Amino acid sequence: MAKRSAPEVNAGSMADIAFLLLIFFLVTTTIETDSGLNRKLPPIDDTEQEDVIIKEKNIFQLNVNKNNQLFLKTGGEEKVIQIKDLRKAAVAFLDNGGGTGPDACKRCQGKKNPRSSDNFDKAIISLQSDRATKYDTYIAVQNEIIAAYNTLRNREFERSFPNLGMSFVEAEKRYSDPRTPSTEKAKLKDKLEEIKILIPQKFSEAEPKKSN
Amino acid sequence: MSKFKKKKGGDLPAISTASLPDIVFMLLFFFMVATVMRQNTLMIENNLPFADQVEKLDKKDLVMYIYAGKPSSNYKSTYGTEARIQLNDKFAEVSEIPAFIAAERASKREELIPFLTTALKVDSDANMGLVTDIKQELRKVNALKINYTTKKGDALQGLKK
Repeated sequence: MAKRSAPEVNAGSMADIAFLLLIFFLVTTTIETDSGLNRKLPPIDDTEQEDVIIKEKNIFQLNVNKNNQLFLKTGGEEKVIQIKDLRKAAVAFLDNGGGTGPDACKRCQGKKNPRSSDNFDKAIISLQSDRATKYDTYIAVQNEIIAAYNTLRNREFERSFPNLGMSFVEAEKRYSDPRTPSTEKAKLKDKLEEIKILIPQKFSEAEPKKSN
Repeated sequence: MSKFKKKKGGDLPAISTASLPDIVFMLLFFFMVATVMRQNTLMIENNLPFADQVEKLDKKDLVMYIYAGKPSSNYKSTYGTEARIQLNDKFAEVSEIPAFIAAERASKREELIPFLTTALKVDSDANMGLVTDIKQELRKVNALKINYTTKKGDALQGLKK
């Protein structure tokens, strides 16, 4: 029997087929955003609650009006504030450490102004927005407040665990990464919890007013 | 007597296109891997605000999406220009959110329900009134974990003055 060589398959149209598929995937691709600011809503509680008395100096009261202007009331001062100055003001308020006796704040590095917050645990940031406030302004304010908390948490995390070589935010990212081994996660968890208890996010949101 | 041969004729040699399929395949694989099929067709404008303190949402199957914004140009004539909520593939009222959350919960395994997060994809031009209404409804059905989905960037730069 004569030896026959197998006929060669023409691959010239392979490029065309690949192009067809490529164009299909190009058109259907949407790079979805899947990151954002995580927040927790307060549960609805119908039971009668006693009003807790909070000293005025421990509240950092922010008010956003319908023209997206920011009004700040804290430490006996009332003023209009720009969003770019908010982070600094919030850090100064949280870090103030004006408490004495049992309320004294050991780790605060602020000015110790007696008219501003006592310690990390007592300091409360309150935000009230108007129904006509634009969403992007609200997100910017939220972002700045989270940034203020993260700044302080980073600082304290690095002071507590200097040999870890990472900041609080990086540690948290590492903790929530599914690829991190579970032994490392367990170690990180305690450290993260410690800082979260030291600097709790006491952030209250009042229901918005109606503007007429 | 020249050392260099004169080119015969003026025609250029053809460029080999043999590696073209390889290049195309490379691109093809990139897009195949990067593609996420959209679950919902957006009927609204969805220009997300910017923030830089973002955390990543992993576990996509544990996220419920609520969209809000102005109806896009195709739907302006029927639905007006006021910001609206979109659930799944249609416009919805605020009062329909509890039913949506219940349906989403029913489709998940029971032990996963506490880990469900609601992602709010709200247009940056929307008013806080709408967002607050959504948040109130979510509180009523005890869906307390929320995520304001944002693009990564400078929050202040994104603000239009």
